[in-house]
Order: sequence, then structure tokens, then C-alpha cells
Amino acid sequence: MAMFDAFRAIVLRDLVLAMRRKTDVFSTLFFFVIVVSLFPLGIGPEMNTLRLIAPGVVWVAALLASMLALERLFATDHEDGTLEQMILAPQPLFVLVLGKVAAHWLATGLPLVAMAPLLGLQYDLSVPALEILLYSLLLGTPALSLIGAIGAALTIGLRGGGVLISLLVLPLCIPILIFGAGAVEANVSGLGEQGHLFMLAALLVLALLLAPLATAAALRVSAE
Amino acid sequence: MSVSEFLDMGGYALYVWGSFGLTALLMVLEPMLLRSRRNATLRRIGRIIRLNREVRNES
Amino acid sequence: MSARSISWFRFSSPATFYHLAGKMVPWFSAIAVILIGVGLYMSLFVAPTDYKQGEGYRIIFVHVPAAWMSMFIYVVMALWSGIGLVFNTRLSAMMAQALAPTGAMFTFLALWTGALWGKPMWGTWWVWDARLTSELILLFLYIGFIALQGAIDDNRRADRAGAILALVGVVNVPIIYYSVTWWNTLHQGASVSISKGSSMGEVMLITMLIMTFGFWAYAIAVSLSRVRSIILERDRETTWVSELPEMQVQ
Repeated sequence: MAMFDAFRAIVLRDLVLAMRRKTDVFSTLFFFVIVVSLFPLGIGPEMNTLRLIAPGVVWVAALLASMLALERLFATDHEDGTLEQMILAPQPLFVLVLGKVAAHWLATGLPLVAMAPLLGLQYDLSVPALEILLYSLLLGTPALSLIGAIGAALTIGLRGGGVLISLLVLPLCIPILIFGAGAVEANVSGLGEQGHLFMLAALLVLALLLAPLATAAALRVSAE
Repeated sequence: MSVSEFLDMGGYALYVWGSFGLTALLMVLEPMLLRSRRNATLRRIGRIIRLNREVRNES
Repeated sequence: MSARSISWFRFSSPATFYHLAGKMVPWFSAIAVILIGVGLYMSLFVAPTDYKQGEGYRIIFVHVPAAWMSMFIYVVMALWSGIGLVFNTRLSAMMAQALAPTGAMFTFLALWTGALWGKPMWGTWWVWDARLTSELILLFLYIGFIALQGAIDDNRRADRAGAILALVGVVNVPIIYYSVTWWNTLHQGASVSISKGSSMGEVMLITMLIMTFGFWAYAIAVSLSRVRSIILERDRETTWVSELPEMQVQ
């Protein structure tokens, strides 16, 4: 059970750390809200167009917000040396990485998911559509954090880290964006969103399996 | 097939020559960039070696 | 270790590979010039005019080989990266680094010629066609690889970080391609894809293959000469570099 205890310990530790610095959590959330609210100002208040673009806008904003929060995922641990300890720990590194990403998602991803339906109302989305938006984000944001963790691990301690992470990771997140926004749109257009949600779940499982391995390898490379 | 007819490419001159032209341009430019990079590297290393030699002679 | 694998690793030391590559570059350059010359002549003169697209279709003789090369080079880059990580050979990582710019160039060329081909055929410079969109994302992957390697000063970390990114990327390429195709067919119904135009005539197929092999030889020649520069830059303090004949000239 050592592995699961280590996993739980990492998750609790990171959540406590996140709660101590609430500003980071809220900054990602406010970024999400602001970006979503910008589009009607740019495109115009006309409800029909807004309803049409709502899924894409909310999803792109969620994608950018989760990219924003990634930089600090390993940075503080790298500076004070806990990263080396995690690499040297007896438990496999990818379990610890899974713990860190889970904590990061709980701290930054989940608030986005909770906030999204509220923002959907701004775009006059119907209630079933909001429900699907919630499910698609619930499935999508963990996958975004998992894949983003690879970029964060690769760019520890590099200058221009934040932008570089987005440059590396955004192309890899495009399938998640396509199926996430597509799910809501399919629901709105009556096409049925099961297919999209299943694909999203498949991508999440794939990310759960492969991303921590890549992140662990990247951590070993960066921490040398 | 007169030259002007050939160049006109049945009205698609801009697109055909735009594609072939840029492809040719880049595939000539890249080797030239590589050659200048190689010469610059050789000169830089040459300078480093000469400096090391002078330092060794003085000591 | 059987005898064969020992000799195999002899080529992986930068010093021996530097001279080997030096001999190969002129050969591959010559092959490239000949093949592309023949290919160009055939694509402009020999290939018959397409009944539907007139002369404009000739762009596929550059567009398709460039697209093939961009994907092929990315896979080869990921292969070298994988070998570099597994066998910890510096040269493999250098080879991957040497391939990236040429791959990015071919991707850009594929996009450029795709747009120039789309304009006369469909009236718009950019068509959100599944393959063109995947090509665009492939360009982002190349740029990400080059940016990451550029941002890391320590060569060893740059090689290994780039290798991980290339491997993660190559796993994602098929996923991206199929999700983009799903997205494309869903939104446009019968999608306006840049199909190969009329069914491939015999002459057209041969021309395209010649051009592709010409591009292939070109890519090998260019990446080999770039890897020679990388070897020089990385081994500048070694004795074998200082004893190089071209070094005495400086």
C-alpha cells in the first residue's frame, strides 16, 4: 500500500500548499472568467452568434487557463530540492507525478469546471447543453493537466517557461479541444453527444496511462 | 508550346510558379545557409585553437 | 555483444561519423539534383494537362512530396530520438536536431503549396481541410521541438528533453490526424478535401515518386551536412577537431 499512501500524501501536501497560496488558484479562475467575458465584447451581444460560439469559447478559455497554471506545477519543488527527493523516493516516480497532477487539477481544474456552466448562462446556453459542457470539461481538464504536466516537466527552470509550455503542449491538446467543444455543439444541434464524450473519456484514459510516464522521464532529464 | 504560353500555365501562372518558385528558393537557400554556418563554425573554432596556442606559448 | 553490433557502434562516435557523412553529402546532393531535375522536367512538360484543373494541378508534384517528407522526417526524427534515449548515443540526438529544421521547412512548403493550390480550385487561400489542418499542427510540433532545444543551454539536457517531446509528439500525430478528420467531416459534411484530382495517371504517379525520392536525397544531404556542423560545434575542444585538415586552413 506504500504507493497509494505516497500518492495520498503528495495530493494532500500539494492541496495544503495550494490553499496557502490561494491567489494562484483564484488568478487562474479569474483569467478564465475574464477571457470568456471578452468574446461578447469583441463579437457583439447578438444572442444567436453567441450561442453558436459558446462551446468553443468556453473550451478555448479553459485550455488557456489550465496552460497558465502549469508553470508552477514543478517550479517550487525544483527550487527547494523536494523534486530530487521525489525522484529518489522508493515509490515509482510516475505515481508521485500522478499525485501532483491530481492535486493541481483539484486546485485549478475543478474550479474551472464548476464555473463553466455559470459562464455558459452568459451565452444563453440551454440547460442540457450546460450539463454536457460540465461533463465534457470534467473529462477534458484532467487530460489537459496530465499532458500539460509533460510540458511543465520539460521546461523546469528555463527562461520564458510559461510561453514555452503552451507552445509545446497546445498542439497535443487539440484532440481534447475538438471532442470537448464538439460534444456541446453536438448536443445543441441535436446530433447526440455520446460519441464525443466517449472519445473524450478514451483520451483521458490514454493520458492517464502514458502522460505520467513521459512526465517522470522528463523530470529525470530536467532535474539532473 | 511557345515560351509565353508555357509561362502562362493556362492562366495559373501565379499559383504554379508561386509554388515551384518558393520550393526552389528554399531548397537553394537552405544549403547556402548551411555552408555559411559551417564556415562560421570553422573560423570560430580556429580562433579558439589559436588563442589556446598563444596562451600555451606564453606560459 | 556479437561482432556485428560492435562494428555498428563504431559509426556512432561523432569523429568517425563526421568523415563518413563528409563522404556521403556530395553523393546525396548529386542524386538530389539529378532526381529533382528529372522530376521537374516531367512535372512541367511530360505530365498531361488535367482535364478538370488544367495546368494548376501541377502543383501536386511539389505539394504531395513535401507533405510526405514533412511527416516522414518527423517519424525519422522521433526514431533517432528514441535511439538516442535508449543507447545514450550523442550522435543520434544530434541527428534528430539536424533533421528538425528541414522537416519544418517541408511542412511550411506543404502548407504554402497547399494554399496556392486551393486558391484557384476553391477560391480561398486557406481551406480547413483535414490534411492541411493536420499539416499545420505538425508545423506547431516542429516549432515546439526547435524552441525547446533552443531554450536549453546544456546540450545533454536539450537532447534528452527534445527526444521526449519528439516521442510524445509522434504518439500524438495519428490521434491528431484522426480527430481533425472527424472534426472536418462532421462540420462540413461532404468535405471539400484536396483530393488527388483525377485518378492518378501512370505518368503522374511516376513523376511524383521521382520528385519524392529527389526530396528524400535532398533531405539526407542537408541534414548530414547540418549534423557535421553540429558535431563541430559540440566537439570544438576535442583534439580530433583541432587536427582536422580544414582546421589547419583557418
